[in-house]
Amino acid sequence: MAIDTPVKTSAGRRSRGPSASAGPVRRARAPRRLWVKIVVTLLLVVEIYPLIWMLLTSLKSNDDYLNNSTWSLPTTWEWGNYTEAWTTGHLGLYVQNSLLAVLPALALMLLLGTAAGFALQIMVWKGRSLTLLVFLAGMMVPPQMILLPLFTVYFQTGLSGTLWPLILTYTGTGLPLTVFMMATYYRTVPRELFEAATIDGAGILRAFWTISVPMVRNALLTVGLVQFFFIWNDLLIALTFTNNQDLRTIQVGLLNFTGDFGATQYGPLFAAICINVFGTLLIYLFLNQKVMKGLTSGAVKG
Amino acid sequence: MHRVLGDRRAIAILLGPALLVYSLIMLVPIVWSLGYSFTQGNTIEGFTGNGGANFSRLFEDPAVRDALWFTLTYAALVTVGQVVAGYLLALLYVFFLKRSSALIRTLAFFPVVLPTVAVGLLFQKFFQVAPQTGPVNSLLNAVGLDSIDFFGSAGSAFWVLILMDIWRSMGFYAVLLFAGLVDIPDEVLESARLDGASGLRLIRHIVLPLSLPVLMSSLIFSINGTLKVFDSVVALTNGGPGNGTTPLTLYMFQTSFTYSDYGYGSTIALLLTVVCLLVSLAVYRVSRRDITEG
Repeated sequence: MAIDTPVKTSAGRRSRGPSASAGPVRRARAPRRLWVKIVVTLLLVVEIYPLIWMLLTSLKSNDDYLNNSTWSLPTTWEWGNYTEAWTTGHLGLYVQNSLLAVLPALALMLLLGTAAGFALQIMVWKGRSLTLLVFLAGMMVPPQMILLPLFTVYFQTGLSGTLWPLILTYTGTGLPLTVFMMATYYRTVPRELFEAATIDGAGILRAFWTISVPMVRNALLTVGLVQFFFIWNDLLIALTFTNNQDLRTIQVGLLNFTGDFGATQYGPLFAAICINVFGTLLIYLFLNQKVMKGLTSGAVKG
Repeated sequence: MHRVLGDRRAIAILLGPALLVYSLIMLVPIVWSLGYSFTQGNTIEGFTGNGGANFSRLFEDPAVRDALWFTLTYAALVTVGQVVAGYLLALLYVFFLKRSSALIRTLAFFPVVLPTVAVGLLFQKFFQVAPQTGPVNSLLNAVGLDSIDFFGSAGSAFWVLILMDIWRSMGFYAVLLFAGLVDIPDEVLESARLDGASGLRLIRHIVLPLSLPVLMSSLIFSINGTLKVFDSVVALTNGGPGNGTTPLTLYMFQTSFTYSDYGYGSTIALLLTVVCLLVSLAVYRVSRRDITEG
């Protein structure tokens, strides 16, 4: 339990001399190191074993899964489970739907959010802190509060049979965090820069687009990643607005996966979970520092 | 010079679209939903006003009481669990692993980005007893214990849910709190050590008070999120067995879309919103008092 104290041990070593302290110090440190190693190993097993188990199970046949030990390796490696999940299980279609809903929403949200963040942080006018507060309030409201009126509107305007309800709802619900984070990033950009640009003859809109947007490019990537994970992993909104099986996003599709197959086919089900999990994991592994920073800074500021 | 940055037309062009979309998707529906709570019916059959009937029903509905209780206990347990687990991990990162913690941090953050539906299905199979004994029950059998049907009773399903959500999020809180711990100046820690504080005493009297602000914002963030729990419940238990693991969010969803009762669904959504606001406000006030006193 003791906190590692290099200062103290090295000081002690210096005062008592190496011969006197080497023994007791080493003995005191050894169990401490072992303790840390055990905790770290346990942590790794807990974090990673479920994923390995899932991967191995996705390569088993139904027989293999039901009759052999859950610890065993696949007797035959059924790579066909993946093609089955992708085509027969319609996972390919679901991924396509997700992309078609998520990417436009993301682009729209970032564009509108950046412009609003600029107007709220750089521009000077009465009532801008109140407007920012109105945006912020949106983060507290549970999405259940807006589902039913939106469902009614989408139904009456005939948008229900398309992916537009998802695009619009994701954009709207994502705006509070986007606006807030962009406004925060603009706080580090001095206003004088834009005043100077307008003296040189650029309009303020032009200054926004050609000067401020490139300056917050990094922030755009961070906010974009955060929102991507939120929207890609969303279940509630997608479940509400996609009655049509052909419009299902990947999460809704995965949830209904066993239903589509009638009797449960475990191999393809696990393959579908794997595709979903390792797809997001891949993005994370490439950009892990950015993702961690983005997700946590969004949390603290929100 | 203020004329340039105060250009009303530019402000309207920049802010207008965002404000419009936000108003149409969030603000108007919130007010509209309030209106629904005084009606009965749904989009297809039409709505008829029923005065305050939904509200009196809300207070007498035992399912609401159960769902509210479930939501609050879930939020409390998961919040404590994930913040404590995250804090212990953060202490491990800062004081034991030091510079070598980057890899562990990355790995422990894995589950945070995974889709909840996939994690829910995975845990369902991980803890299942039939048709195949999952790893957890196999482990129990291996040490000579009987299999447990985790999803057979609301009590055990609840604990699997709690465990899953702590597994999912502790890496997130670990990184959040890690950032807070790294900010503690080295001089403070070293002078405390020279004064003889070490181990638990150092954590209790120096580290904990200094990381209180970030602990508090973690708590607020966690409560705000856990009160809205939906995905993990739907994917893991779908509210069952019976209504044993149904939070307010899911009860609202079922009332609205399974039973097509939009009016009562809106009333439940309103209750959820009020609960979220009240709890957040309470936590916020307590945390502010603590920080100024500490």
